[in-house]
Amino acid sequence: MYGNISIVDQAIGKKNAQEDPEKLAAFQAKIDRGEKIEPHDWMPADYRRQLIRMIEQHAHSEIIGALPEGTWITRAPGFKRKMALMAKVQDEVGHAQLLYNAAETLGKPREEMINDLLTGKSKYSNVFNYPAKTWADTAVIAWLIDAAAIINQVTNSKGSYAPYCRALERICQEESFHLKYGYDNVVTLATGTPTQRAMVQEALNRWWRPIMHFFGPPDIASVHSEILTRWKVKMASNDDMRQQFFNQYVPKIWELGLTVPDPELRKDEVTGKWSYGDPDWDEFKRVINGDGPCNKERLAVRRMAEINGEWVRNALKKPTAKYTVPLS
Amino acid sequence: MNKEALKNLLYRMADDSLIIAHRNSEWTGLGPILEEDIAFSSIAQDKLGHALALYSLLHELGEADPDIIAFTRNEKQFFCAQLVEYPIGEYDFSLVRHFLFDTAEKIRYELLQQSSYEPLAKLAKKVSSEIKYHTFHAETWIKQLGSNGNEESKARIQSALNDVYPIAFSLFEKTSFEDAIVADGIFVGEETLQLRWVERVTSIVTASGLTLPSADYSVHYGGRNHYHTEYLQPLLDEMTVVFQIDPSAEW
Repeated sequence: MYGNISIVDQAIGKKNAQEDPEKLAAFQAKIDRGEKIEPHDWMPADYRRQLIRMIEQHAHSEIIGALPEGTWITRAPGFKRKMALMAKVQDEVGHAQLLYNAAETLGKPREEMINDLLTGKSKYSNVFNYPAKTWADTAVIAWLIDAAAIINQVTNSKGSYAPYCRALERICQEESFHLKYGYDNVVTLATGTPTQRAMVQEALNRWWRPIMHFFGPPDIASVHSEILTRWKVKMASNDDMRQQFFNQYVPKIWELGLTVPDPELRKDEVTGKWSYGDPDWDEFKRVINGDGPCNKERLAVRRMAEINGEWVRNALKKPTAKYTVPLS
Repeated sequence: MNKEALKNLLYRMADDSLIIAHRNSEWTGLGPILEEDIAFSSIAQDKLGHALALYSLLHELGEADPDIIAFTRNEKQFFCAQLVEYPIGEYDFSLVRHFLFDTAEKIRYELLQQSSYEPLAKLAKKVSSEIKYHTFHAETWIKQLGSNGNEESKARIQSALNDVYPIAFSLFEKTSFEDAIVADGIFVGEETLQLRWVERVTSIVTASGLTLPSADYSVHYGGRNHYHTEYLQPLLDEMTVVFQIDPSAEW
């Protein structure tokens, strides 16, 4: 699971002036021809930096994302759901592994990335700073957050960096199972007893705003976003992806007799565009900067896992072994 | 065939699998390295599958639906060994428990392939093909952190062995059905299993530069006869909290 993280390095592009113009031109031509960049190909320093940043944030989102749903594995009602949720969360951790490998091909070791996560230097998707209060929250997360993630990831899998694209293709296949599981779970609750129905509506109400935040605020045209688009690092605008989400999922929500907690949400039949109420972008910024309901808890749990597991990792270290970049 | 004896054996095995699956799944998101997180989750999923298969055999013998059996009983109705009930603790505790438990499971299911109860013999073949990976995983890590590890890892695994090995004998506690189970050829019996287990565990532990403590076999008995640790009921409360909102509803 992942969302667009809107904190982009504002310095992107500034270093381009220092790059060899011929190499830079050849690099751009390659991307324009639709070819992919492999780890050992030449690439501008800014391209490398932005990709590391993006892929590691994505990887962090997967391991932190395992936490809110993971706490419900022990409470899942019945064999079918318990089995499916275990497998789903395991997939998410597997995605983190794939993505850390992809980021490592750019030269940053996994350990360093995890350190940056724990110190707060590197971010993860904002959506995981909200709590999963009831079983129905896990259903809504698995359906709609994973749906949003698929939109984002299918778009990014058409990008230019080959190892990231390969990881995303595999991730999207697994996410599509999660979405089916989540939808089945939501349908079961929405068509179940009055208590179940109320549970799922309340969960949807709680998660709607974080879902709106998931794609990031409306894009503002800037030099760095123009370069990232040219390099096929950024593949679609946040708003385009949000519109795609509305188109695909709002009718399905309504079909189930559930409501969306946004009175301004409607589709303009002429333009085909959805308008929606302000989801409080100030809150989005506050949460990204550490002041969300679960930021501290999420990082504390991750830190505890890292500290408790340190002796295991130390025991695996071989003093003679050299660092090698994983295949991806 | 003594049906009650057969059901007693199936309940013990199914409850062990369910509770260890629950415990192992608690590592999701918290493993010492991502790869171990994933491994423990895989093992937990297999165990949950074994539990479901065993409860399904019980269902065929006239017991309730697997979801009802698993999600509506209290601790006094459970047959699991105390070994599986303990909280996950740190990774050393969980790894050593996984090693001791799965070594026993592997031998149990190998022996059960000869069971006179055909559906159980058939299931045992299928489960054996999965459990060999569980013991392979456990043994690899015991060696890695034992003789191939460093001073700290070796000391931690040794200390965990000292704690967990005595508890592991709870797996072999007999019930009043033991003689009938053996006489009817349903299973060769806990004694044979225990002997083979001690042999196998000793060989791996010795090869890993570790030692086994002496153990009083019976201290941790009780589970098979519904006397559990203080950890089981809270685990069940947590496991059933959503299901119990409405056990008649579809979840």
